[in-house]
Amino acid sequence: MGERGKDDAMKHRKTSLEPAADKPESEDPMARPATGHHRGEARLGREIQARIGQQLRAMYNDVVNQGVPPHLADLVRRLSDQDQE
Amino acid sequence: MKLDPAIRDQVLATVPSLRAFAISLCGNMDRADDLVQETLLRALAHIDSFEPGTNMPAWLFTILRNLFRSEYRKRRREVEDAEGRYAETLKSHPEQTGRVEFQEFRAALAKLPADQREALILVGASGFSYDDAAAICGCAVGTIKSRVNRARTRLADLLAIDSVDDFGPDRATRAVLAGGGRN
Repeated sequence: MGERGKDDAMKHRKTSLEPAADKPESEDPMARPATGHHRGEARLGREIQARIGQQLRAMYNDVVNQGVPPHLADLVRRLSDQDQE
Repeated sequence: MKLDPAIRDQVLATVPSLRAFAISLCGNMDRADDLVQETLLRALAHIDSFEPGTNMPAWLFTILRNLFRSEYRKRRREVEDAEGRYAETLKSHPEQTGRVEFQEFRAALAKLPADQREALILVGASGFSYDDAAAICGCAVGTIKSRVNRARTRLADLLAIDSVDDFGPDRATRAVLAGGGRN
C-alpha cells in the first residue's frame, strides 16, 4: 500500500477504493453524490457501476442459460394438459 | 378445457429467468427450484387471473416474490437474522449457489438488505422497467429507484474494498481515472 506513494492522497480523498479511507462517506450512500463534481470520481464511479452491471447480468444469465430443468418442464406440461376449472 | 398452448409456452419461456431471480433472492439453488415449482403450481392453478396480452414475466415474478416473502415472514420467528442466514447459506453450501466465479459477487449481494437486492436484480439483471419492478414489489416507482441506487452504491463499496485489483482497472488507469485531469 505504501508503495503507491503519491497517488494515495488523491485516491483517499476522491474514492472509497481504500478500506476505511473515507469511512463516514461510505457509510452514508447519500453523501456520495455530493462528491460527484469531481469528474475523476464520477468516471471511476461509472466504471465501477458498469462492471457491477456486467457481473450482475453474467451471474443472472449463467442461471438463465441453464434453460428449463426437465422436472419443471414436465410439471408445466402436466398441469397444462389437465382440465382447467 | 385445456390451457392455451400459447399461454403455456409463455410460462415455460419465463422459467429460466424465474430461477435466476429465485436464486438471487434465496441464495440456494435447491431452495430456488422449490420456490419456482411452488410458483408454477400457484400460477397454473390461478391462470384465469392472468390477462392474456399482459406481461407474463411480471405476473410470474410477482407470484414468486410474494411466495418468497410469505415464507420469509413465516421463518422470521425461527431465524432471528434472515440476512445472516442468507450469508451463512453461501458459506456452508457454496456448491449449491452456482459457479465459483460468481461467489464473490454473490457474497457481496448477500450483504445487501433484501429490498435493495430484489430491486437491483429486477432492474439491473431481469431487465424490468422501474414501473414493472415497482408493480412486482408492490411499492412506488421512486422507492424502487432509491433502492436500486443504494444497492449500487453499497455494492461498489463492498466490491472495491474486497478486490481493488481484480475489480478495478489497472493501477495506472486507476490513477488517471482518480485524478480526473485527463478526460
